[in-house]
Amino acid sequence: MAHFEKPAEGSWTEHYPELGTGPVSYEDSISPEHYELERRAIFARSWLNVGRVEQLTRAGSYFTREISAVGTSVIVVRGTDGEVRAFHNICRHRGNKLVWNDYPREETSGVCRQFTCKYHGWRYDLSGACTFVQQESEFFDLDKADYGLASVQCEVWEGFIWVNVDPDNTVPVAEYLGDLGAGIVGYPFDRMTQVYKYRALVGSNWKLFIDAFAEFYHAPVLHAKQATAEESRKLQSHGYEALAYKIDGPHGMVSSWGGMSPPRDLEMVKPIERVLRSGLFGPWDRPDIDGLDPLPPGLNPSGSSAWGIDSFVFFPNFMLLVWATGWYLTYHYWPTSYNTHIFEGTLYFVPPRNATERLRQEMAAVTFKEYSLQDGNTLEATQMMLETRAVTNFPLNDQEILLRQLHKTARECVASYQQDPKTPYTPGRVAVAR
Amino acid sequence: MSVFPGAFSELEPFAGWSLRTEAERYAKRLSSTMDELQAFYDAAFGRLESMLDYLDQLDLKQLPEDATRLLWLSYSLVNASFPVEVWRQPRVPDSGAASMVVVVEPAV
Repeated sequence: MAHFEKPAEGSWTEHYPELGTGPVSYEDSISPEHYELERRAIFARSWLNVGRVEQLTRAGSYFTREISAVGTSVIVVRGTDGEVRAFHNICRHRGNKLVWNDYPREETSGVCRQFTCKYHGWRYDLSGACTFVQQESEFFDLDKADYGLASVQCEVWEGFIWVNVDPDNTVPVAEYLGDLGAGIVGYPFDRMTQVYKYRALVGSNWKLFIDAFAEFYHAPVLHAKQATAEESRKLQSHGYEALAYKIDGPHGMVSSWGGMSPPRDLEMVKPIERVLRSGLFGPWDRPDIDGLDPLPPGLNPSGSSAWGIDSFVFFPNFMLLVWATGWYLTYHYWPTSYNTHIFEGTLYFVPPRNATERLRQEMAAVTFKEYSLQDGNTLEATQMMLETRAVTNFPLNDQEILLRQLHKTARECVASYQQDPKTPYTPGRVAVAR
Repeated sequence: MSVFPGAFSELEPFAGWSLRTEAERYAKRLSSTMDELQAFYDAAFGRLESMLDYLDQLDLKQLPEDATRLLWLSYSLVNASFPVEVWRQPRVPDSGAASMVVVVEPAV
């Protein structure tokens, strides 16, 4: 039934022989001890995407991010010089959380000229320098220059803001993202500023939700009840095949067809989709902006005319989905324990010019939410049964290659850390039992 | 003053669906019966194209209040279309207690 060509080796998985083809253990998703190691080995040493530059519109714009996996809160702020910087959200005086509103554990955002601690009024400018100490003369030989905020490595890549809490990191973001990142440089992300952001608390290990979104093998089955009956039957009998998969270092991507935007036959979709010309794949009509034709070389790598969407898995916890119809989607998976995480899905569109465009985007956003609810609920069912350890090894098919890659990378990071916590992980350098 | 622009006065019985936020629209959907959802859909779906024709003539950034309420109603129609057109229940199938909240949405 092959509809799309595979590599000469006969499968995508065998094209990357280091992945193997055997059954995979999911012990890495059900062990509290393993999660504690992942926190140190992965999250405390990797570039983590925390947002977009459009969230920081002017000097003094800031937001905070609670990153449970690394056990810190980070302030991200645009300085008077326009630079985006990040700091640990802690006052240098006695450790109070510096920026928060009402609820110390919740994230916040806003615009300010400086940061003032709620406790004793110490102040810091937007570059983190301590500028005011209450009753400074009461202190002993205190030099404010020694008490700037603790900085966190922070870089902007294509408008995405990244932090790395490892002070010893020497790898710039662009290098970390490798060929897959380089291939999408220049995409007009900056024009897509109409944002919908959803958040969910999910009862599963963080990797299980990436698994769910890194394969489309599940889509015709789990989401069968989302389509019209006849279309649903057709989708299931066809199954799913990707146009292409690529793996580079710890990252991977899957390129998919996009038969629904627009569908070949209008009877395939729901009545409201027909009227609005929009659905799961987003508005069917591309926005009229520069940068979508030609696309950067890393998109639609197989050059297929049926192309619909590319999904990038940037290790550890960031996914970027670029749709043929000219919008993009990001997923963040923020672990809070070995079997819980916070999921964030954010949709980015070119701002609508009229009500019709606005409603098409609404249609895409609502559809996204309804599909994600099904995905999220299923994960809890998976987590529950994995934890029984009644079965411990699971076969993964060729369309699940990115799952194999994700779990292998995560396991290797931990193994590398256990062998030598000082040396950063390099894919392929560590052998781990599967 | 009427809730919606004059040409859409027959939708006034469904003015309760004119809600500003996704959270309100979604909550109303979940707390409605299928009969209520069907009645709203039947009244509004046939008018969707005329609603958009009307609204498209206006500046989305400076909509009069009655047009804004009509736009919000159209958002609710999108939300209510899923149960009516496919699921036959207010909540997406197989989603149990799962929930997902909007933390950022467009101002209009």
